[in-house]
Amino acid sequence: MRQRAGGLLRQAPRLTLALMLVPVAAGLAGTIAPAFGLGGTPGLQSFRALADWPGLGAAVRLSLVTGLAATGLSLALTLLILALLPGGRIFGAVLRLLSPLLAVPHAAVALGLAFLIAPSGWIVRALSPWATGWDTPPDLLTLNDPAGLALIAGLVAKEVPFLLLMSLAALPQTDAPRRTMLAQTLGYGRAAGWAFAVLPALYAQIRLPCYAVLAYSMTAVEMAMILGPTRPPTLAVQIALWMADPALAERGRAAAAALLQLTLVLGALALWRTGELVVRRVLLGAAARGWRGARLDRLLRPLTLAATALVLAAVGVGLAGLALWSVAGLWSFPDSLPQTMSLRIWREAAPDLARHAALTLGLGAAVAGVALILALACLEAEQRHALSPSSRAMAVLYLPLIVPQVAFLPGLQVAALGLGLDGTPLAVAAAHLIFVLPYVFLSLSAPWRAWDARIGTVGAALGASPGRIFWRLRLPMLMRPVLTAFAVGLAVSVGQYLPTLLIGGGRVTTLTTEAVALSSGGNRRVVGAYALLQMLLPAAGFAAALVLPALVFRRRRGMRAA
Amino acid sequence: MRGLRLDRLRVMRGGTLLVDLDLDVAPGEVLTIMGPSGSGKSTALAAIMGTLGPGVRQSGRIWLDGRDVTGLPTRERRIGLLFQEDVLFPHLSVAGNLGFGLPAGVRGAERRARIETALEQADLAGFADRDPATLSGGQRARVALLRTLLAEPAALLLDEPFSRLDATLRAQIRTFVLERARQKGLPVILVSHDPEDAAAAGGRVVAPAEGRGSTPEGT
Repeated sequence: MRQRAGGLLRQAPRLTLALMLVPVAAGLAGTIAPAFGLGGTPGLQSFRALADWPGLGAAVRLSLVTGLAATGLSLALTLLILALLPGGRIFGAVLRLLSPLLAVPHAAVALGLAFLIAPSGWIVRALSPWATGWDTPPDLLTLNDPAGLALIAGLVAKEVPFLLLMSLAALPQTDAPRRTMLAQTLGYGRAAGWAFAVLPALYAQIRLPCYAVLAYSMTAVEMAMILGPTRPPTLAVQIALWMADPALAERGRAAAAALLQLTLVLGALALWRTGELVVRRVLLGAAARGWRGARLDRLLRPLTLAATALVLAAVGVGLAGLALWSVAGLWSFPDSLPQTMSLRIWREAAPDLARHAALTLGLGAAVAGVALILALACLEAEQRHALSPSSRAMAVLYLPLIVPQVAFLPGLQVAALGLGLDGTPLAVAAAHLIFVLPYVFLSLSAPWRAWDARIGTVGAALGASPGRIFWRLRLPMLMRPVLTAFAVGLAVSVGQYLPTLLIGGGRVTTLTTEAVALSSGGNRRVVGAYALLQMLLPAAGFAAALVLPALVFRRRRGMRAA
Repeated sequence: MRGLRLDRLRVMRGGTLLVDLDLDVAPGEVLTIMGPSGSGKSTALAAIMGTLGPGVRQSGRIWLDGRDVTGLPTRERRIGLLFQEDVLFPHLSVAGNLGFGLPAGVRGAERRARIETALEQADLAGFADRDPATLSGGQRARVALLRTLLAEPAALLLDEPFSRLDATLRAQIRTFVLERARQKGLPVILVSHDPEDAAAAGGRVVAPAEGRGSTPEGT
């Protein structure tokens, strides 16, 4: 019996990888097959139908431009923050705001930004009528602009915190402070010295997260629905629309488009990789010539500060706007604040809000719990059996984050239909798990591995079994990162839009799917209420991860956060 | 046969011999393994504890009171360990730390009594509910030793114990530890780079890969 338990634990990493690999592979196959008419009349008619769609060129261009621009800008800002701001007060503020920023679902960030920049949004209101002379909202495409600028802004606001977090986890292995100081003593500017001495080591560690950001930015559906262009929308949005078509008539065309989307992402990744090599050559060349770049800092530092402040303000003020709209009574243009406040919306929508919040929370907690158990089993197996994860295993971990959702979820939807599971919370939870697992594992693995191994040795020398060491020493000592990983999982699950929409078949609706669905209706008060709740659930998770360990270990000074 | 026996214990990494020990430590005796850092001290320690990582090859046997413990996991060897630092479990109280060492068979009132007695003998009466982080260095060191002894080990391994403490305190704690070990008749192996430790221990001194031990002059 004990042998079997040990055997099971040993298989945990393989099982976990399979849980991510198999759905992605099966979903891809299931998505692509209908493109070739498999199941009906085989042939290329789906591709012809796709080619006949007049919006195709623009949709493809949008996907590429918004994806590459958002990723490039996010990475640039992340690196500038890391190179130029450490040691300052702004950097401390950025670090403190990182977790809350990460916890806000994409849809909530997008909705907040939309309230801010819309023609009837806060920015125009603040300037009207005294500066602009407008008494009615101007007929401007500040939102859903055909170039996708609003979408790029939204993506940057959401992806910079993610890249920052991944970089901060990798930085300790790069010896950054000493290298930066060394470069500066040799006369290099802060930015240039950092780029020569730290960036190569850092980038090797955050390459996969960058690929995930690129793939996500190219194929984001809910952000593009709220902020992106509409005629035509981005390719991913169009695929989602075709997929959700109840008539099933557009399935073939959607499958062909999904295949095209996958090809585009692979092409963009190849392009990005080429860019990496070019930048590398340029950096090596500049370093070899001894280019000090001392004057660069004077230009880059204000730029970094301004961009960081802009991102923080856009998210913060946008979310405040959401909250205000949900309790606004009469609020006519161009007033900056509502004339009256009212809880009418909250009262009226309370039953719906409560129902959606309960399902969202239930799904999220169940999925995050399962993901946490799997991640813990993997890490414990790694420890007990002295396994070390290969780089291939790490790539599989990132697979669900890099393969576009629109390219494999439709196949999974078909599989769920075949199994009779579509539209059940169980199927939705299983789909969420694919995306939650990588984040939970990434969040937990670093602190888990950093645990002082001598504690385990002392425990063993005192006669404790591996199980006792796990339950009585390691797990309680790592309560904070474990709860944080759970909160991360909850936040990722709460934020899932496309998996919920497609696998839930419209019968499983969460705060996120409701908020996005309502956003096109234009009732800002209801949208504000949904988006606020959508944001509060993950925030509550992170707060619990902070407060619970502090409470449990309030009399243990050695357990306080370092 | 009582005591700890290292029977041609060798550890190789690649072609390098890191550890080569062939000796007996009698009950109550202290043997010091001494050498500069990188000389294989911590490898010797890991071999005796059973915590060697991958990438090294071990041969020879380890006997404790006539039992062959070579293939046993750390928890079944019954070798108590004191690290350089005290490594108290920060999330447990002092009593919780001591209780972790006490065998599970000791229950209820007897458990509490054993912990209380141990604390009293170490001049730590009334410390049961304290947070280990609020103790002084010397108190922490004593709690760490009590925890090790409550697990009823058959031998004691000291890894540069308490080298973080200041000189006076260090001498006190060292005497405290070695006296306890002699009282209980435990064979003790002390691993250190500090000749003062070895001199104070008063026993034989060997290098990690020296083979047979040498006796320092004057003893």
